[in-house]
Amino acid sequence: MNMNLKLKIWRQNGANDEGKMVDYSISDVSPDMSFLEMLDVLNEQIISEGGEPVAFDHDCREGICGMCSLYINGEAHGPDRGITTCQLHMRKFKDGDTIYIEPFRAKAFPVIKDLVVDRSSFDRIQHAGGFISVNTSGNTQDANAIPISKHAADEAMDAATCIGCGACVATCKNSSAMLFVGAKVSQYALLPQGQVEAADRVKNMVAQMDLEGFGNCTNTGACEVECPKGISLDNIARMNREFLKANI
Amino acid sequence: MSGVLSSSIGRKVAMAASAFFLMFFLLQHFVINITSIFSPETFNELSHFMGTNPAVQFVLQPVLIFGVVFHFVMGFILEARNKKASVKYVKNNGAANSTWVSRNMIYSGLVILAFIVLHFIDFWIPEMKYKYIDFLPESPNRYYEELVHKFHSPIRTGAYVASFAFLALHLLHGFKSAFQSSGMSAKRAAKLETVSKIYAIGIPVGFIVIALFHHFNQH
Ligand code: HEM
Ligand code: SF4
Ligand code: FES
Repeated sequence: MNMNLKLKIWRQNGANDEGKMVDYSISDVSPDMSFLEMLDVLNEQIISEGGEPVAFDHDCREGICGMCSLYINGEAHGPDRGITTCQLHMRKFKDGDTIYIEPFRAKAFPVIKDLVVDRSSFDRIQHAGGFISVNTSGNTQDANAIPISKHAADEAMDAATCIGCGACVATCKNSSAMLFVGAKVSQYALLPQGQVEAADRVKNMVAQMDLEGFGNCTNTGACEVECPKGISLDNIARMNREFLKANI
Repeated sequence: MSGVLSSSIGRKVAMAASAFFLMFFLLQHFVINITSIFSPETFNELSHFMGTNPAVQFVLQPVLIFGVVFHFVMGFILEARNKKASVKYVKNNGAANSTWVSRNMIYSGLVILAFIVLHFIDFWIPEMKYKYIDFLPESPNRYYEELVHKFHSPIRTGAYVASFAFLALHLLHGFKSAFQSSGMSAKRAAKLETVSKIYAIGIPVGFIVIALFHHFNQH
């Protein structure tokens, strides 16, 4: 059965605007629509009435790019688990529901417009050390020639599935980025290729994370629950171990 | 090593270290106090030792005061930094993904701080006055009577009981959290679940029992 919904959406015209919640009504929403398709329909409605469409981020719309965001009814990526907002379906809502839609909020994620936030602080953390330096002259050793235990390879792969969406920061009461940084440190810390630069990597990435103004982890575990990729809290503990190893 | 305390992870590890120290101290304090229920003589003996042994008085006691002050000052610093890093939502559903106790460590901590202030006024200041200001002669059997006397007032007893309830809330999250902050994996920390519950509930309930026992056994 199609639904009629009330939407309360954060509208903010640029970084310096105060911003406020604005009410919209939308009717005849199919439960088979994705959440972003529902917003597309709303925007067409707004445009046909001569208004300014709601700005929101998206790209792949299949849960792999990490571009979509949104804080829906008080939860990052909405009420479902293990998904991004583009994978959220309207069947999770009921006819007559009121849905709050806000941007991912953190000092280090300033609003650009409406629901679009600037997550380039994550890029700068990656630039500070989220890589390995390999000479690609053509004589590069085949990665498969280096033996790696299945267990380590699996855990590194799990950490590497982080898509950098920022839901962990958005949901954390402290706006801590430690789940993201923990995953990015872990994906190399678990592999032999990552060992050479391990100490500098963790020091530089943590320093950049602090510089960007993210908060401290209190181990509430909210990030792990809301993460679309199920990145485990273990990655934060591993980062803490790597950090201590690098400093003491 | 330099600059570790100025990093977010360094602060967290220092917070956990002070918390481990406080949890060890609390256990030791509990073991001494519980003797007051079944053996006033043992309680007096232990208290006399703790109160007069120079190593305890002039080494451990300052370390303890430093540990307590460090813990709550660092708690305030972390809270202030976290507040500064975050922006409020119009609608936030915290209960969907985390426990109330984990989100409100600062409030349970503030109640404990208020309790510690009361505790200082009740026991520590009179004790310091007795020993180091009035220079009264030590009478090794005074401790039990002093303890029982304190729990005469129902208001004070009530405040003790309430404070220890908040300590239990603080520790229900804090015990495991301290291990995770120090780098123990969440999987290993999960294995501590039972120990964590025994400590976080057992010790505060034990202190509550001691307070109520003396309150209802006034003589
Ligand atoms: C004096 C008043 C106290 C205050 C204001 C206070 C405050 C705090 C705060 C704000 C945190 C969370 C820090 C964070 O992770 O962001 C915390 C953690 C903790 N506290 Fe306290 N606390 C107090 C007393 C105590 C006492 C007496 C104990 C134990 C006997 C204790 C044990 C712990 C433990 C185990 C943690 C977890 C440490 C971690 O996550 O690494 N606290 N405290
Ligand atoms: S850890 Fe999870 S929630 Fe955080 S950025 Fe990576 S995928 Fe998103
Ligand atoms: S749009 Fe790419 S993950 Fe949602």
